[in-house]
Amino acid sequence: MFGSLFTKIKKSLARTRDVFTGVVDLFRGRGKVDKVFLAELEKRLYLADVGGFAVGVIVDRVRQAFQDKEVSEDVQTFVKQQLREMLSDPSPGISYAPSGPTVVMIVGVNGSGKTTTIAKLAHRLKADGKKVLVAACDTYRAAAVEQLTVWCQRIDCDIVKNAQGSDPASVAHDACEKAKARGFDVAIVDTAGRLHTQAHLMRELEKIHKVVTRQVEGAPHETLMVLDATTGQNAVTQAEMFSKSVKCTGIVLTKLDGSAKGGAIFAIKQKVGLPVKYIGVGESMEDLEPFDPDSYVEALFS
Amino acid sequence: MFDGIQKGLREALGKLRGRGRLSAENIREGLREVRRAFLEADVNFNVTNDFIARVEEQAVGQDVLERVNPADQIVKIVFDELVGLMGPVDHKIPVFKDRPAILMMCGLQGAGKTTTCGKLALKLRDQGRRPLLVAADLQRPAAVDQLKVLGEQIKVPVFSEATSPVQVCKNAVAFAKQNSLDVIILDTAGRLQIDKELMDELNEIDRQVQPDHVYLVVDAMIGQEAVNVAKTFNDALTLNGTILTKLDGDARGGAALSIKAITGVQIKFIGVGEKLQALEEFRPESMASRIMGQGDLMGLVEKVQQIQSQVSEEDLKKQQEALEKGQFTLDDFRMHFQNIQKMGMKDMIGRMPGMAEMIPEGEDPEVALKRVQGMIDSMTKKERNDPDVIDAGRRRRIATGSGVQSHEVTQFLKQFDTVRALMKQMMSMSVWQRIKMVTGMTKMGAFNPGNEGMLKTKGNTGHRKSAKERAEERKKKKKKR
Ligand SMILES: Nc1nc2c(ncn2[C@@H]2O[C@H](COP(=O)(O)OP(=O)(O)OP(=O)(O)O)[C@@H](O)[C@H]2O)c(=O)[nH]1
Ligand SMILES: Nc1nc2c(ncn2[C@@H]2O[C@H](COP(=O)(O)OP(=O)(O)OP(=O)(O)O)[C@@H](O)[C@H]2O)c(=O)[nH]1
Ligand SMILES: [Mg+2]
Ligand SMILES: [Mg+2]
Repeated sequence: MFGSLFTKIKKSLARTRDVFTGVVDLFRGRGKVDKVFLAELEKRLYLADVGGFAVGVIVDRVRQAFQDKEVSEDVQTFVKQQLREMLSDPSPGISYAPSGPTVVMIVGVNGSGKTTTIAKLAHRLKADGKKVLVAACDTYRAAAVEQLTVWCQRIDCDIVKNAQGSDPASVAHDACEKAKARGFDVAIVDTAGRLHTQAHLMRELEKIHKVVTRQVEGAPHETLMVLDATTGQNAVTQAEMFSKSVKCTGIVLTKLDGSAKGGAIFAIKQKVGLPVKYIGVGESMEDLEPFDPDSYVEALFS
Repeated sequence: MFDGIQKGLREALGKLRGRGRLSAENIREGLREVRRAFLEADVNFNVTNDFIARVEEQAVGQDVLERVNPADQIVKIVFDELVGLMGPVDHKIPVFKDRPAILMMCGLQGAGKTTTCGKLALKLRDQGRRPLLVAADLQRPAAVDQLKVLGEQIKVPVFSEATSPVQVCKNAVAFAKQNSLDVIILDTAGRLQIDKELMDELNEIDRQVQPDHVYLVVDAMIGQEAVNVAKTFNDALTLNGTILTKLDGDARGGAALSIKAITGVQIKFIGVGEKLQALEEFRPESMASRIMGQGDLMGLVEKVQQIQSQVSEEDLKKQQEALEKGQFTLDDFRMHFQNIQKMGMKDMIGRMPGMAEMIPEGEDPEVALKRVQGMIDSMTKKERNDPDVIDAGRRRRIATGSGVQSHEVTQFLKQFDTVRALMKQMMSMSVWQRIKMVTGMTKMGAFNPGNEGMLKTKGNTGHRKSAKERAEERKKKKKKR
């Protein structure tokens, strides 16, 4: 399952080596766990966007446990274990409503992959036998509705939409009504990309959230923030701000088929408490997979 | 979470003040702060280390001055080094007499290519050129529609056909020539730099259409991978520039430094919003401040410089002399804000010390300043040079002359006193401190990325407060009392 991603990341790592000569194979080198080794470990983690907070924690722990001891398998196992512990357990997927439609809201900054993720998720849930409805609540960006419409045709899925420029909350409202009336199992709400610093757009998002809450009991059952794995340390602020606004339940980490590792998820889990639920590994509808922390940590060091 | 590098630096280096020279040992702590700041700003790890080494080289051996905080000395070195590395920038877009210029956008998925195509087209159209947008992304659902909608918004033609990316681009060139359009903007599909097949496709377009400029569009939120992305695209296509998007957010944009340092490709423009007007020329000085987490220091410096260049040398000298003697007159004051008005910088008015006080709340700054100007114009030369001579009689005359109430004149003169005191104070500072003092008084929230306090309160970002926020503020105030 993680195979293709694994090889893709491996390939890109090879390129990374071309660019930065001197990246020794960390755990296979001889010598002691000394300053040089710790600096190299630090570098590896930083280059994966793990960020100062989590890098500091890991490097400190390794220093305390292995200072001046020989570099060995144990060190490698220890590092992976520490990283692994900073993440959550494997994703249980979507948590469904006990009865009535399950509403999944998708939020995130511009261009992170929300709309594509919705297509992938709808495709996946349909394969699980669910009846899925999609709400086109990005009424702002040029041809956003058309984009989602094309996807819905491809995966043969119902869509609720309105003209560009119309009120996104009212589209969400209509979708909830339709989901209830027509017995849909899942309604997935697409929203326009917005930067978390734009107060008025965050309020708009809260309004959509409120409408959904009012229309369907217990909704939204999932609010997933879509995060581009290429993002650096700003990812943590994104998670904080979106969570504050609409109480996110998890992250979808997209574009992991690229060369970036998305290491910000450690700090996000530690500081904001948000687990990664799915990963995006390509642009087609099959390219969504449940997050598996073990494979992820493995891939970081492959 | 982050206060900009200055605070940390001051803590680390404050004790050095006035003591000998900067040495590798005594600045180590300070440089660690710089490093931390850079990594937090997503400057590439290796680029950061190289940079720190350069700063150390520059700093070691410098005298530690009595009147300057050593932290500021380092900040200045970091700033200059950053500006030097990221600049200079040439914003010119090629133009030819006998054929259309061809620009090509490329980059990772979702970076902002299509939107930036629209922005560039609008910019060029406004410069009197005749752009053609070309929809060469046949991959993403509704990508062609997206470009068409944007083209319609700005009344720029969009060329599209359901052939192949290479073919569309080739045919677009012929179309532009037939219709005497003079600049062609190619919107290509997003792709990973490790996707060989799609990179080959770009190469093919490059070979067959031979764009005059190729721009890499990069999301400002990008992390450490920025260098690999830029390097690979540059190796494949020989980039002419980078466009950094989504800088309206609070990403610190370390990629600007990383990309330039690794590839030598300059950043040309920045995207600062979703609207098509939201494209600006890249300024290394602003970006340096941003990476340092210090707010838009140089934005202000630049504007001040502009003012100064408009004031003649002689005026400047006179003003300087007068200031040094503490004789800041109403004439100087008028010259000062006339210069500001010349630039039409309404927002500048609020930034200048003392100016903000002159403007009653809720009033248009320009109207308020016109009134002040009217009062000054109604004064005699003597009164302007020495406002202290203005008594009740003179006050009435000035009021009548400028059509205001007598008490408004009184009020203005009082405020002027404050400004004069401020100016005097500023004269005893270094330029750097002056800038800080000015910026310290400004509503710099919007330019102060990464400052969490700002994000939380939002009180001074100048946005309209919601009823809820206002109520909360009232509550807070009450508590204080
Ligand atoms: N390689 C790769 N590309 C992806 C992935 N997910 C999305 N994309 C691409 O990223 C680009 C942006 O995706 P969208 O789904 O339109 O992103 P969005 O968040 O809806 O964008 P806005 O609505 O404009 O904010 C598209 O070109 C997608 O094909 C992924 O997992 N891997
Ligand atoms: N806030 C902000 N959003 C931007 C900016 N530039 C682009 N965007 C948004 O980013 C998202 C992606 O922009 P696109 O222009 O579709 O990106 P693209 O690179 O063409 O995407 P693909 O073609 O899928 O690779 C959209 O939601 C845009 O509105 C910017 O400067 N600021
Ligand atoms: Mg979308
Ligand atoms: Mg595009």
